[in-house]
Amino acid sequence: MSRLPVKKTYKLFIGGSFPRSESGRTYDAEGQNVARASRKDVRDAVRAARAAQPGWGAATAYNRGQVLYRLAEMVEARVAEFAELCEGRDEVECSIDRIVWYAGWADKLPQVLGGSNPVAGPYFNFTVPEPSGVVAVLAPEEPSLLGLVTRLLPPLVGGNAVVAVASETRPLAAIELAEALATSDVPGGVVNLLTGSHAELAPVLASHMDVNAIDLCGADGDAPELERLAADNVKRVVRGRADLQSPWEIASFLELKTVWHPMGQ
Amino acid sequence: MAELDKPQGEVAVPGDWTYASAPESRDIVRIAERYGHFVGGEWLEPTETYETIAPRDEEQLAAIGQASPAEVDRAVAAARTAYADGWSSLPGSERAKYLFRIARLLQERSREFAVLESLNGGKPIKESRDVDLPLAAAHFFYYAGWADKLEYAFPNRRPRPVGVAGQIIPWNFPLLMLAWKIAPALACGNTVVLKPAETTPLTALLFCDVLRQAELPAGVVNIVTGDGRTGAALVENEGIDKVAFTGSTEVGKEIQRRLAGTGRKLTLELGGKAANIVFDDAALDQAVEGIVNGIYFNQGHVCCAGSRLFVQESIYEPLVAKLERRLETLRVGDPLDKNTDVGAINSAAQLEKIRELVASGVSEGAEIYQPPCTLPEKGYWFVPTVFTNVAQSYRIAQEEIFGPVLSVLTFRTPEEALEKANNTPYGLSAGVWTEKGSRILWMAQRLRAGVVWANTFNRFDPTSPFGGYKESGFGREGGLHGLEPYLRFDE
Repeated sequence: MSRLPVKKTYKLFIGGSFPRSESGRTYDAEGQNVARASRKDVRDAVRAARAAQPGWGAATAYNRGQVLYRLAEMVEARVAEFAELCEGRDEVECSIDRIVWYAGWADKLPQVLGGSNPVAGPYFNFTVPEPSGVVAVLAPEEPSLLGLVTRLLPPLVGGNAVVAVASETRPLAAIELAEALATSDVPGGVVNLLTGSHAELAPVLASHMDVNAIDLCGADGDAPELERLAADNVKRVVRGRADLQSPWEIASFLELKTVWHPMGQ
Repeated sequence: MAELDKPQGEVAVPGDWTYASAPESRDIVRIAERYGHFVGGEWLEPTETYETIAPRDEEQLAAIGQASPAEVDRAVAAARTAYADGWSSLPGSERAKYLFRIARLLQERSREFAVLESLNGGKPIKESRDVDLPLAAAHFFYYAGWADKLEYAFPNRRPRPVGVAGQIIPWNFPLLMLAWKIAPALACGNTVVLKPAETTPLTALLFCDVLRQAELPAGVVNIVTGDGRTGAALVENEGIDKVAFTGSTEVGKEIQRRLAGTGRKLTLELGGKAANIVFDDAALDQAVEGIVNGIYFNQGHVCCAGSRLFVQESIYEPLVAKLERRLETLRVGDPLDKNTDVGAINSAAQLEKIRELVASGVSEGAEIYQPPCTLPEKGYWFVPTVFTNVAQSYRIAQEEIFGPVLSVLTFRTPEEALEKANNTPYGLSAGVWTEKGSRILWMAQRLRAGVVWANTFNRFDPTSPFGGYKESGFGREGGLHGLEPYLRFDE
C-alpha cells in the first residue's frame, strides 16, 4: 500500500516561530493554502524585530558574517526543494552566491563606509556605520526567491532586524527560506517573513512608528502613498532594485555616527 | 573628590563685575534699503516685500522680497539654464577654483559678514566672528578640493551631478548653513536655488556680492527670499531635482510628504533634544563649561543643543551648584558687544515659543532657576534658564525648545542613562562626560545619535559628517559623506 505523504502547512515566520495568522485567514497561492497576515501580525512582527535588533546589531561583525554564511549552507542543502519553488536551479544558486557575497561584507563595511576625519583642532574624530534599526522590506513579485534574498540581505548584514512581505503570488519560496533561516543561527526575530496581500500589509508597515526604514522594491502603483505614510516618523525610504548586488545597497539601511574626543596630555 | 567636599558658596560669585561695553562697529556693513531676488546673476525686483529687523532692538534694517511661485520659477529656470550651459560639464578642477575663490573672499570679508550676521540674527559677535565665519569659509575650502576628486570618493560608481538643488536653510546659523548647502552642491556640479530663513536673509544677500567678486557664472547660485510659502513653492517646483532642508521636524515631515512619489532626492536635517550625560568621575569644571556651551551657545538656537542634562545622582548637588554659579557670570545683551555671551532671541515668534514652553515647565512642577540679569528694554531677550526636578514626561524634557533653557534629570547607572537618553524620537547629537575611556566608547556605541561629543560639545568641522538618526532627519552634511546627496551614480 502506498504511503500517504504529510503535507506542509504554510505559515508566517515571526520571532523565530511559525504561527498561523492571528486572523485565521489563508489565501490560495501556487495551489496551496498560505497564511494571510493581518495588521496585527505586522505589529507582532515589528515588536519581535525591535526586540531582536539590539542583540543582532551588537554581535561582532565576524559573527554576523558567519551566521549569514551558515544561511547559505542551509539553502545549499535544500537546492532541490527551492528549485521547485522558483524559476529553477540557476535562481537558487544565484541566491546562495548572493548570500555568501553579502555575508563577506559584514566585517568590511566600517572600513569602506567610515573612517577618521581630519578636523582642524585637537580632537580625535571618527565616523562609523550603524544599523538604522527595524527595516520593512516589500519583496518583489518576481523572482520570488532571488528577489527576496536581494532585498533581505543588505539590511540584514548591516545589523538591522527585518520584517519582509513575501511575493504575494509566489510566496512558497519565502516560506522555504524561513525554514532555512530558522536552522541557520539567525536569532529569532531578526528576520520575520509575512505572506498575504501587499495592498493590505504595506500601508501598515509604511506608517508604523517603530519601523526606521522601508524598502519599496515590491510596491507598484501604491509607492507614492507609501512614501507619504513613511514621512510620519521620517523613515528612510529605499526604492530597491530586484537585481542589484552592491555594498551601497547595504549603506541605504545604515546610519553614520561621528564621535569626537579631545586629545591632550 | 576632595573638591566636592568644600562647602558650596565659598567662592564669591563675580556677578557684580562690571565690564565696559566693547561694541563692534557696524560701519563696516552697508545695508541697502531694499533687496530683490538674486536670479541668473541679476537682481530681480520683487513684487512683494517685508521688513527684516535687528532682534536686539527691532530696528528695521531693509525691505526684503517675498518670492512668489512665479519668482521661484524664474530662479529655478536660471539654475536649469546655468546647469545645462556649462556648469555641469565644467572640469572639476575649474569648479574647484571658483569654490576656493569664494572661501578666500569669505575669509577676507569675514568681519563684515560677522557684524551683519549678529545684527540681523542676534547672535553674539564673538560667535559669528570666531565660529560661523571661519567655519563657513573652511567649508567652501574643504569642498573645493573635492570637486575634481569625486571618482576617488566613490570608486566604481561613476558619480555625476544631480541637477538643480533647492535648498532651504534656518535662521540659527544663516551664513554657515548656506555654506553647508552650497559648497557640496557646487563641488558636485549642481546648480542651486537657495532660500534663506525669513528672519535672517541679509548675509545670504551679501554673499551674492562674493559670488560677483568670484566671477561665478550667472545662474549657478540663485537666492530667493521669503517665508514658508516661498519654501513650499521651491519644494514643489518641478524643475528641482534635489531638495535639502534644515529646520524643524514638523516642516521636514511635510516636505517628505510633498516629495512622495516624485523621485526627487531629499536630505533632511531636523530637530533634536540631545542628552548631555555627566558621570560622577567627570572633570566637573570642564563638564560645566561643556554644559554651558552645549545649551547657551547661540542662545540655545541650535538643533544639536545639549538641552537634556543627565547627571549621575552622586554628583547632582555639587554639579547643579557649580552650574548655577556659572550662569551668573554669563553676560546677556547686545550681540554686537564683544563681551556678550548670550545675545538676542532671533524673533518675537521664537521668544513666544520659549516663554510658552518655560511656562509649561513651571506648571508641570519643575523648579526654575534664572540668574539675576538685567535685560535691555527693547528687543527680544530670554534669561538663561535651568530647570531641575524635571520628569521625563514633562514637555520641557520632550520637546525641542530652541532657546537657552536646560532641563536637568538624574540617573544612577550607565544603563539607566542610556535608556533615558535614547527615549526620544530625535537622534541628532549626544554628549558624554567621564574620565573612563572604556565607558566613553561603550556609551558612544549605544547612544542613538548621529554625532556624539565625548568630553566636549558643539564642535563642528567641514571634514566631520553631521546629521541625525530617527526623526532628526537623514543624510549627512560635511565630510566625504556630505557629497553623496548631491550625486547620482550609474550602477
